[in-house]
Amino acid sequence: MYTQALNTAETDDRGLEDAAKAAQFQARIDAEERIEPNDWMPAAYRKTLTRQISQHAHSEIVGMLPEGNWITRAPSLRRKAALLAKVQDECGHGLYLYAAAETLGTSREELVDAMLAGKAKYSSIFNYPTLTWADIGTIGWLVDGAAIMNQIPLCRCSYGPYARAMIRVCKEESFHQRQGYEIMLTLCHGSDEQKAMAQDALNRWWWPVLMMFGPPDATSQHSDTSSKWKIKRFSNDELRQKFVDATVPQAQYLGLTIPDPGMVQDADGHWRYSEIDWTEFKQVLAGNGPCNRDRMAARRKAHDEGVWVRDAAAAYAAKRAQRRTAQAAE
Amino acid sequence: MATPNTPLWEVFIRSRNGLAHKHVGSLHASDATMALQAARDIYTRRGEGLSIWVVPSTAITASDPADKGMMFEPAESKIYRHPTFYEVPEEVGHM
Repeated sequence: MYTQALNTAETDDRGLEDAAKAAQFQARIDAEERIEPNDWMPAAYRKTLTRQISQHAHSEIVGMLPEGNWITRAPSLRRKAALLAKVQDECGHGLYLYAAAETLGTSREELVDAMLAGKAKYSSIFNYPTLTWADIGTIGWLVDGAAIMNQIPLCRCSYGPYARAMIRVCKEESFHQRQGYEIMLTLCHGSDEQKAMAQDALNRWWWPVLMMFGPPDATSQHSDTSSKWKIKRFSNDELRQKFVDATVPQAQYLGLTIPDPGMVQDADGHWRYSEIDWTEFKQVLAGNGPCNRDRMAARRKAHDEGVWVRDAAAAYAAKRAQRRTAQAAE
Repeated sequence: MATPNTPLWEVFIRSRNGLAHKHVGSLHASDATMALQAARDIYTRRGEGLSIWVVPSTAITASDPADKGMMFEPAESKIYRHPTFYEVPEEVGHM
């Protein structure tokens, strides 16, 4: 029931930002209370969350494209059904997230328009191509694995609707990672060519996946306030390290080599990875990744080609409402 | 004329016989029929429900969180409404 329809009646005191309210708000956060849509919140909290949740939603929607590429070419009916179910889940996750973002006062239409206009971002990872079937395995295993690592702490995010959406997403996401790992396992137990295909996919995805966690803590712009507001509970580098530590043994089990010759295990058990090429990350974010233009073109095409459906549904609903009014008047 | 924003609906699902419908989230749809179909696709992909209600979000009247102190205060001072307020000797056994 967290709707803009309810929010419209509220007095908009976002501009006032009185210090007493801000202190009270921070006290609620510190006491681990959840903030709900109609509660008072600082304008910057609203803005940060709108940006973060809508970006997350856009990522789920754009994330359907690289995998959708393989639905018609899946190697068996079992794999095809599983991939189709996974892509449907991503769409559902996008919709839960748009609904959560909307509770902050921006309509889904506006959020989608901002993305299509190139003003809102989505995860850098979806700007890489899926060249072989092994990429589908790697995406499930690593991309969804990294997403889970990032999303589990978000289930305890201070903003109620976002936390609740994340709980639903996390429940569904674990199937995604397992189906990906199973694909990798099958390839690694297959012919030499199949195993080489798995290794090639890991080589191409490893570094972009590590970049998914965002810039290193030393240079991250948003981390301080996000931690203070309990939107973010672990830093980018902490999550990245957790992910690497969890993934190395999984790669070893597959018999695959992580493409980082400098990687060593510390005495404390953590795997230390080499320096990440942040110029590549910045280039992809700036729109110069291998598939940025394709992804945006595909989203715009789908949006434009769906206009008549939205118009027809709205016209039909208006006609029915008019008929009901006329009947009631008789 | 530009197409108006698609209305928002709240979705309630009854997961098992004998349980109440529970709010699970919201969605956009032009009319009630489409809202029901979308609710099925978005909220019951893994057999989560036996029954779905969809309600236009605008039809819900909510209490104001700013009033919650005043609104719920009467219930807070009445500890005699709870069974633990009353003392029953141990010899009497479970009651």
